[in-house]
Amino acid sequence: MASKGIRDRVAIVGMGCTAFGERWDKSASDLLIDAAGDAYASAKVDPEQIDAYWLGTTGSGVSGLTLSLPLKIQYKPVTRLENMCATGSEALRNACYAVASGAYDVVMAIGVEKLKDSGFSGLTGNAPPNDGTETGITAPANFSFLAPAYAKKYGVEMDQLKDVISRIAWKNHYNGARNERAQFRKEVPIEKIKASPKVAGCLGIFDCSGVSDGAAAAVVCRAEDAHKYNDNPIFVKALSFIAGPAEGSMRQDYDFTTFPEVVASAKDAYDQAGVVDAREEISMAEVHDCFTPTELVLMEDLGFSARGQAWKDVMDGRFDLAGAQPVNPDGGLKSFGHPIGASGLRMMYEMWLQLRGEAGPRQIKNPKLGLTHNLGGAPGRCVSFVSVVGQAA
Amino acid sequence: MAGILRYGSYVPYFRLQRTALGDGGRGERAVASYDEDTASMAVEAARDALHGGPAVDALLFSTTSPPYAEKLNAATLQAALSLPKGVTALDTGGSSRAGLSSLLVGSDLAAAGRIPLVCLADLSVGAPGGARESGGGDAAAAFIFGDDSEAIARIVGRASFTEEVLDTWRTPEMAFPRQWEERFGAEVMLPILGDTLKRALQSAGLKPDQVSKVIVDSTNPRVNREFLGMAKLKPEQAADDLSASVGRAGAAHAGLMLAKALDGAAPGDRIVALCGADGADAIVLEVTDKIGKGRPRRGVERWLSSKRNDLAYNTYLKWRGILPFEPPRRPDPDRPAGPPMQRSEHWKFGFIGGRCTSCGAANLPPQRVCVMCGAVDQMAEEPYADADCKIATYTLDYLAYSMQPPVVAAVVDFAKGGRINCQLTDVDPQQVEIGNELEMTFRKMYTAGGVHNYFWKARPKR
Repeated sequence: MASKGIRDRVAIVGMGCTAFGERWDKSASDLLIDAAGDAYASAKVDPEQIDAYWLGTTGSGVSGLTLSLPLKIQYKPVTRLENMCATGSEALRNACYAVASGAYDVVMAIGVEKLKDSGFSGLTGNAPPNDGTETGITAPANFSFLAPAYAKKYGVEMDQLKDVISRIAWKNHYNGARNERAQFRKEVPIEKIKASPKVAGCLGIFDCSGVSDGAAAAVVCRAEDAHKYNDNPIFVKALSFIAGPAEGSMRQDYDFTTFPEVVASAKDAYDQAGVVDAREEISMAEVHDCFTPTELVLMEDLGFSARGQAWKDVMDGRFDLAGAQPVNPDGGLKSFGHPIGASGLRMMYEMWLQLRGEAGPRQIKNPKLGLTHNLGGAPGRCVSFVSVVGQAA
Repeated sequence: MAGILRYGSYVPYFRLQRTALGDGGRGERAVASYDEDTASMAVEAARDALHGGPAVDALLFSTTSPPYAEKLNAATLQAALSLPKGVTALDTGGSSRAGLSSLLVGSDLAAAGRIPLVCLADLSVGAPGGARESGGGDAAAAFIFGDDSEAIARIVGRASFTEEVLDTWRTPEMAFPRQWEERFGAEVMLPILGDTLKRALQSAGLKPDQVSKVIVDSTNPRVNREFLGMAKLKPEQAADDLSASVGRAGAAHAGLMLAKALDGAAPGDRIVALCGADGADAIVLEVTDKIGKGRPRRGVERWLSSKRNDLAYNTYLKWRGILPFEPPRRPDPDRPAGPPMQRSEHWKFGFIGGRCTSCGAANLPPQRVCVMCGAVDQMAEEPYADADCKIATYTLDYLAYSMQPPVVAAVVDFAKGGRINCQLTDVDPQQVEIGNELEMTFRKMYTAGGVHNYFWKARPKR
């Protein structure tokens, strides 16, 4: 792996995150103003101190003007970028590298998505003009391929697997119920999750992440400057981003029980951060639980569980808030909601709170290293982001 | 002399019980699925005709329900069937008689040394509650003509008769055809058909009792019921009119009945096909001893036995665009774009994939950089439309837009290598399992902006 990493060279010194949900009262501009304002305040910086911006959004605007116009940013560089559902993380990654390069002192990564203005169910694409040969199925249908493949490979009955993925949804709702910013703030009984209306394959409504509006932002500076802005900064240990060749959609040897892109990005990130045993060393993680089987498979791809064992770890409560390795303590995409461009930064926001001891009823005891994982695409053809963050070295 | 070298037929999977129409009708009619039109049905029939058959150099497509009112529908067939670019291609229609007229033209082309593929397809839609709705059907047939030395059936006689008769009509603006009082049409048309049959048999040097099967088809149901008696033909000479199983499939009907007759014919049998509308056409055939080896993979009976006949009437009305319905809370699909379709024509229409000449790996859709070995621009074309395939994994998508939810989608692996993710059609969602064997079928994915988006889906083997 060619990436050299920027371990402990860059810090996050302020973050902001709006409440996610059906924000009929807020435009994308409003959400950006709110998230950026919270991040400025958190870092105790004035907007004039920010040298450059990275804005992630998949469809709520084009160009840097999407940010500079509502915030009236005064003649600064604003990069707008997109990398499917990993867009928010991609904004953070590029912002961190710009600081590490020495090109800027203080920058902001910010992500937004305004999904609920369309009036449509689920996510909608905006494909370029094409030949009309795409299959035309939805995201839940694409991710539902994972469940029967996993069950078959590891000899789990489908009924049993439904229990496993329902428990993942139950856990994430349990965590989200303890989060004032989450879209869904209610615990949901496991029987209700299991009986929810079918969306695709064995996935019901409660196996799908919330379609949501929201924004989140981070202020980033060089590690040696971090304490100028904040007494309790967090430090970037690793950033990895992988785009696969999409061969799983064309090669018969892909079996839909893993994301090779995630395996590659996890290895890259662990190498950068010096993590040898992720199951033992990663205190907590925010992962891309777009659909419940995704979280199940990610536990193995990220090395939290051995191959074929994640379903047992889920049922044993390993990834619960009070478990040995809490996953999605803020409720995840499932319960916090998934405004695409904001999600990667929302994940980092929970790491920010947890590492600083500010997570309130969700506070994990004495976390050392946190991981965020953000995925875009579908099984067989996706992009994957993994970060590792923690306290000062 | 000219003859039929090969033929094929197609009856769609879905049937509507006439009891569901509440008009006292018996039997069932064939219904093209929401993703079928006359072009896609013609492709299905033609694939069987072309299988193991000769290379063709002309293509005629006949229908009263052309997918495009302006744009060559035969070009869709040419592309889907991967026929040579040099074919003479022609749409005919305007009357349900056009099907049989095209068979006559096909035989003329063959007599001139050409090898034409003549495709007939129709989608018979009638106003709700009317006789056309109940009695119509959707189906296709295809015939390849050529020199009679290779024919499975020689053309030994013919006749035509043209007369302006107001029996059945429809202007381009009308959604449904109208019919004059049935008795009027019958009184005018019965003698016309009688004269046409007589002259056709004379041209063949045959007497009526030397004919094994007589195919009688016309726009007028009374003519179809009464002609055999009027012509003093014996009941056993009557060909199955498929009214109880398919319904009258417009321009394809005489051809479909002919295909059924050929399915059961023996060498030496003589078959007459008659079709009446604004006059009549007749063709007289003599079956040769090559019939045994020239039959298609699937006969009409096989298509008829492969079916789902519990289609709800309101679903049928929805599929035909007659009944408005609640749209999904999903965006309308975009029309496919001309230049990308042009670039991927062989894949999109012909289902021609790639095979890496460097490592031998299948690449679906064709890639410039091999998915297995990374070789650049080493891809050779390879047809996949007839390749065996099965389900690697699948899902039922209740959220995706469909005229028949849920969308059944599968990851499909081909026995000769290669994988695609595609929709399944003509399938019972409850019967789908990993490992199911499938075959590819040419379908209309949707229509947007007046552009029909054709591509291939997989279906359980029929």
